[in-house]
Amino acid sequence: MSLNANIPQGPLAEKWTKHKFNLKLVNPANKRKYDIIVVGTGLAGASAAATLAELGYNVKAFCFQDSPRRAHSIAAQGGINAAKNYQNDGDSVYRLFYDTIKGGDYRAREANVYRLAEVSVNIIDQCVAQGVPFAREYGGLLDNRSFGGAQVSRTFYARGQTGQQLLLGAYSALNRQIHKGKVKMYTRHEMLDVVKIDGHARGIVTRNLINGEIDTHAGHAVLLCTGGYSNVFYLSTNAIGSNVTAAWRAHKRGAYFANPCYTQIHPTCIPVTGDHQSKLTLMSESLRNDGRVWAPKTVEIAEKLRKKEITAAEVAEDDRDYFLERKYPAFGNLVPRDVASRNAKEMVDEGKGVGGSGFAVFLDFADAIKRMGEDTVRAKYGNLFDMYIQITDENPYKQPMRIYPAVHYTMGGLWVDYNLSTNVPGLYALGECNFSDHGANRLGASALMQGLADGYFVIPYTLGDYLATIGPKPVDKNHPAFAETKQDVINYVNKLLALKGTKTVNEYHRDLGHIMWEYCGMARTEEGLTKAKQLIKDLKADFWRNAIVTGENEEINNALERAGRVADFIELGELMVTDALMRRESCGGHFRLESQTEEGEALRDDENFAFAAAWEFKGENIEEELHKEELIFENVKLAQRNYK
Amino acid sequence: MSNGNMNLTLKVWRQQDSKTAGKFVTYKAEHISPDMSFLEMLDVVNESIMLKGEEPIYFDHDCREGICGMCSLYINGRPHGPKRAITTCQLHMRSFKDGQTITIEPWRAAAFPVIKDLAVDRSAFDRIQQAGGYISINTGGVPDANEIPIPKVIADEAFNSATCIGCGACVAACKNASAMLFVSAKVSQLGMLPQGQTERYSRVQSMVAQMDEEGFGNCTNTGACEAECPKEITLTNIARMNNDFFSAKFFREAHANDIAE
Amino acid sequence: MSEFKQTFNSSLGKKLIMALTGLFLCTFLIVHLSGNLSLFNHDHGYAFNAYANFMTHFPPIRVVSYLLYLSIIVHSVYALILTINNRKARPVSYASGNDSPQSWSAKNMGILGSILLVFIVIHMKDFWFKYHQEDFSENAEYVIPYKEYKKDLVSGELLSARDLPPGKYNYAVFTEGNVETMIAKDLYQTVEIAFKQWWYVLFYVVALGALSFHLLHGFQSSFRTLGWVHRRYNGIIYQIGVWLFAIIIPLGFAAMPVVYYLTR
Repeated sequence: MSLNANIPQGPLAEKWTKHKFNLKLVNPANKRKYDIIVVGTGLAGASAAATLAELGYNVKAFCFQDSPRRAHSIAAQGGINAAKNYQNDGDSVYRLFYDTIKGGDYRAREANVYRLAEVSVNIIDQCVAQGVPFAREYGGLLDNRSFGGAQVSRTFYARGQTGQQLLLGAYSALNRQIHKGKVKMYTRHEMLDVVKIDGHARGIVTRNLINGEIDTHAGHAVLLCTGGYSNVFYLSTNAIGSNVTAAWRAHKRGAYFANPCYTQIHPTCIPVTGDHQSKLTLMSESLRNDGRVWAPKTVEIAEKLRKKEITAAEVAEDDRDYFLERKYPAFGNLVPRDVASRNAKEMVDEGKGVGGSGFAVFLDFADAIKRMGEDTVRAKYGNLFDMYIQITDENPYKQPMRIYPAVHYTMGGLWVDYNLSTNVPGLYALGECNFSDHGANRLGASALMQGLADGYFVIPYTLGDYLATIGPKPVDKNHPAFAETKQDVINYVNKLLALKGTKTVNEYHRDLGHIMWEYCGMARTEEGLTKAKQLIKDLKADFWRNAIVTGENEEINNALERAGRVADFIELGELMVTDALMRRESCGGHFRLESQTEEGEALRDDENFAFAAAWEFKGENIEEELHKEELIFENVKLAQRNYK
Repeated sequence: MSNGNMNLTLKVWRQQDSKTAGKFVTYKAEHISPDMSFLEMLDVVNESIMLKGEEPIYFDHDCREGICGMCSLYINGRPHGPKRAITTCQLHMRSFKDGQTITIEPWRAAAFPVIKDLAVDRSAFDRIQQAGGYISINTGGVPDANEIPIPKVIADEAFNSATCIGCGACVAACKNASAMLFVSAKVSQLGMLPQGQTERYSRVQSMVAQMDEEGFGNCTNTGACEAECPKEITLTNIARMNNDFFSAKFFREAHANDIAE
Repeated sequence: MSEFKQTFNSSLGKKLIMALTGLFLCTFLIVHLSGNLSLFNHDHGYAFNAYANFMTHFPPIRVVSYLLYLSIIVHSVYALILTINNRKARPVSYASGNDSPQSWSAKNMGILGSILLVFIVIHMKDFWFKYHQEDFSENAEYVIPYKEYKKDLVSGELLSARDLPPGKYNYAVFTEGNVETMIAKDLYQTVEIAFKQWWYVLFYVVALGALSFHLLHGFQSSFRTLGWVHRRYNGIIYQIGVWLFAIIIPLGFAAMPVVYYLTR
């Protein structure tokens, strides 16, 4: 089956406008005859649910948290991009489009990215009108900061918690619709399957996390806004609950999963302290503006540091290797995320890692403090330093910080066309859950933009077209597909509950994380990936033999929830490895050691791999089938990234 | 598994569900590393409980970086434990002594019924927000963002109120189980901003009415909420809300149900 | 009208009542203390007894005094209602107690208030009730006697102070030449007798200690409840709450029994 992305014809800048005109509309009186299911209440989900309800549709929204406000969008720190050009510094929709395509290493769809840049300006207006307290200048107008991968200041921010403020804005819009009765909110509900009738998505199966009740919900369309899958690595900056289950179950019901191997690894996270660690904490990239990254020159010194025989301050200047400055004299410590991360891993692999575990390099502020004074450093980075002290109990004013890369975003996801529809009619994917706009690498402050663009300004138009096509006839909840899918879920849950082995689900998750990080992390090789594939297969087999799941279904059962999610992560892990093996090039967050320039940069192979890889599930333990969506670049010229 | 050198005794509240009576159960937490977060320490205890085939301790948590507001836990007489301005997930075991006994309880409030062990139902907070914690605008058709200049001092103050993560520590800490700090933070944020003026006086009435309906206690300005708030929301918000409320009730035309539509 | 009812039934409305009655009682304390300072005059109670009569007979003051009694009752009743509500809001208490940082007085307003209520009842029974007792029959339990003062209006010197024999008198002031004669109930004597007992003095000191802590929190809290906060005035209100209401006023009141016990 060839993939049709339904990209509208015409010049790039007119595509969305023309497309909006060509889309069918649903008559206002008919809107109330449609039921829409929205799974997930992060930026994409909450904004979509609220906006669709405002239009008049009946919306059922689901989240696994105790409140829609807690979705993990809330944790985004930095900001949100928009081509407002308020700073008069030469920004434009086209420039934002261009930066995003380039930042994504030319692996995103031009038309989608252009639309994203186009609606970015509306997002800021919308959020301000909702009362989102963005940072302001003394004159009362909005402030902007600059962010990686751009030469203009176009990032709007709300101190270090832009994500929470934007989510609270969308949540307030959602609350208004709940109050009006247009949205029915189901909290502590987890989606476990998609119900398909005649090839169209017509509902979902959920489990009530309080009492275990497994239920079906019918709708004319299902919107998955369930976020990314970084937790496949066990340790990531994602929330503990973030999972791939909704997207994965949809995948197993026929939705293609695109570019699963594209993961973004953030260089400045607080390193792991031990096996007990449950999550990694990200610190803003801005630290690299003034901090110098280094590792000891020799393994011996590193060894002494690990054993705490000497302190970092005691390492002589000559014994330090400022490896980023050494290798990349032009950009120095400010090389892009992927480059900085990979180099830190190299140091650790050579045995030069520091900290108790050896999985860290130093980020040193001694020079900055000498240059600017401690007070200036405190004013600039105080909150980050506090966070670091809180977690590590070490004082970065006195000794260098220890940092290590961590996974924090996944560019891959369910394949969607220009209308955000998956290949299953009636099933849509929004936000990080889909694969669409960031290509092989996402720029800072673009995730929030995409989630809200999809929810506020794209889906309300494109969904109407589909709904108008199928007509407002109610979905028949008595259709056998509902009972059958529900029974499938019950069987699956029972299968999990029957696991009475000797190893906790958490341990399997940790094992999976080790495999993924080692072989499908920052640097990937044919050999490693091949090995990983077998390791994951073995892990999966062992899981279904030897895992332990306590308790029953009819209660709050964390072990059961985790088991289902980890089982899905294991399957996804295998697909990620398959995808990474297939893509014999390096691009953005996907770095194949076999494909690099002489300077060690990611080397793309545009001739053979300028496509989005969409994988089709063919059945348990059967290799998935690859479908290619060729990426056609009519407006930008493909070029090699260079940061020397 | 874990390789630390701290050994602790935990007195943990266990309760099957909202209908069953609960009780304290004592657990040993052994070989705990001071670098663990409090929740990671509980993870370790849970792993050992599960390996015995027993049911793990249930507690709410998600982001583990102090922003989602999902984690709770009343630890040794204080919500979010002994340290200031952090959530439980940001609390580390180095804040405790080897050999210490730690009592862990759920938030206690009639409006926050226990759903299992240490987790409570905080949907009352959602219902208060649904009653009016928003600006009634639809998507699209809004003015340009810079058409509404807002003095920096107002924007900053509104932001301070907006930092609330809705964890409920204020209710847990208050001797009266009052939700005033939470409600007032939202009322203040929107009441201070120009965008929120249109519904300012109806909003405060609706939200206070819902707060009362949920069965929270009354504020006596003890300040425990402010002291325990992980985001350091100030008592001033409460006074601001009171002012708006009385102003609405005695001097304005706005009615609580204006917002209901 | 029902809207008013609704307002005062809300949690904020009830708190408004607490704040307003509380503040009204605070203002009364200032008047009460300044009047009672005449106890420190060495005039055999001349000024004090005149003041007592004024307070109980001047019509506008009488109206205010009824408001005062009402305030005490309303403040107490609402405190009780709010306390019951607050208990209901936390049906299961914490096994590990409550160690959240907060002032002791804020945490114990109920206990402090209860002490004050007991004090007010006893205080009013011993002074206010006796003062208002008009039963002059043989078997009357305790009747405050009358006293006759003669004062030189030119020099301002008190010429004589004479206890009148038991019987029924009326308050009267008349002038003959330069000499003013006043016949008044001798509440002063009652005070003197009361403050001679050490346990009574101790009770007063304890109660006024409670008053101090009650107002330490109560005064500034009432401004918060009313919503009257502004960074420019918060400091002033706090200082008034601490210095005037938590220190000067309770100290002033407590000084009376203590000084009387020690010196008379």
